[in-house]
Amino acid sequence: MSTNPTRLRALALYKELHRLGRDYPDPSYNFNGRMRKLFEKNRHLTDKDEIEKALKLGEFIKNETLALYSLRKYRHLKRMYPPTSLTEL
Amino acid sequence: MRPSPRRLLNILVPVKRAVDYSVKIRVNPQQTGIDTNVKHSMNPFDEIAVEEAVRLREKHKESIKSIRAVTIGPSKSLDTLRTALALGADSAIHVQIPDTAPSPEPLAVAKTLRSIIQKKNAEASGEGDKIDLVILGKQAIDDDLGVTGQMLAGLMGWSQATFASKLEVDEGKQEVLVTREIDGGGEEIRCKLPLVVTTDLRLNEPRYASLPNIMKAKKKPIEKLTPEDVGVDFTPQLETVKVSEPPTRVGGGKVANVDELIAKLKDAGLA
Repeated sequence: MSTNPTRLRALALYKELHRLGRDYPDPSYNFNGRMRKLFEKNRHLTDKDEIEKALKLGEFIKNETLALYSLRKYRHLKRMYPPTSLTEL
Repeated sequence: MRPSPRRLLNILVPVKRAVDYSVKIRVNPQQTGIDTNVKHSMNPFDEIAVEEAVRLREKHKESIKSIRAVTIGPSKSLDTLRTALALGADSAIHVQIPDTAPSPEPLAVAKTLRSIIQKKNAEASGEGDKIDLVILGKQAIDDDLGVTGQMLAGLMGWSQATFASKLEVDEGKQEVLVTREIDGGGEEIRCKLPLVVTTDLRLNEPRYASLPNIMKAKKKPIEKLTPEDVGVDFTPQLETVKVSEPPTRVGGGKVANVDELIAKLKDAGLA
């Protein structure tokens, strides 16, 4: 088991994205399949800058997905539980 | 001059395992309730409650001695407790009811919470270990009853601040300034501890439980209790006779011109 720091970061990122991908709202969009292909495409990178760029892209996708989930939930809840209006008795 | 010792706060956050917000609710074939063989997750209002407790700790640091999560439910409710622990709670209590038992009613929940608070306060070694703040969601998204918090405050004789959209704790004065969401705006009330707070949607936005936190949460302690331990009977007092879906929408019809519209309105008795 390699203790290479970038390898550990990549593994942690993969696990995190995989867990997130399970809750993706559109069942026809294969989040985890696509994610795996992207990781496999980059598995032979050796240049430090390239690896860093790829990891940053992964982090970006993770944040975008988190934003998608939280916005979706917030919009739903806001619709279901609107702020009470002045005209309500 | 000796500075007065800062009072410590112990927060209890009851959470509920409810039907997930994204699930399309269906009535079960027996027409006695909804189909519960669907995705469940923590009630969003309870997530807001846990988040508020964690934010209070981030703001007041050592003044918040402990954040305890509690849930009443079947064995699957453990996942909900793990989520609460991953969000930042220190320990959890699981009051386990049989998997086949119906969902507990608010009064039974309130009585259970009272029993737990009394037990913990009796075991407490000093004033600084007693539970003084209970933060819970204002309602559950599956039953929308919204009464547990108020019942608990009534049973305990504590102050209550419901539909809170802002909390400011002054642990030195043992007071909390709460802004409540009411019809027509916000109401500010100053409450003395001990206090029951129910959270409104606008209180905060819960954080995401990252994978490292979920892993750490596996090591946090969960205490198991039975209905006998808390001395509460969970037999429902209400019997649901029938649950049915609302009538399906009938499609609209198109009219060719204004005269036809007026004719149709007259037929319907509206003109």
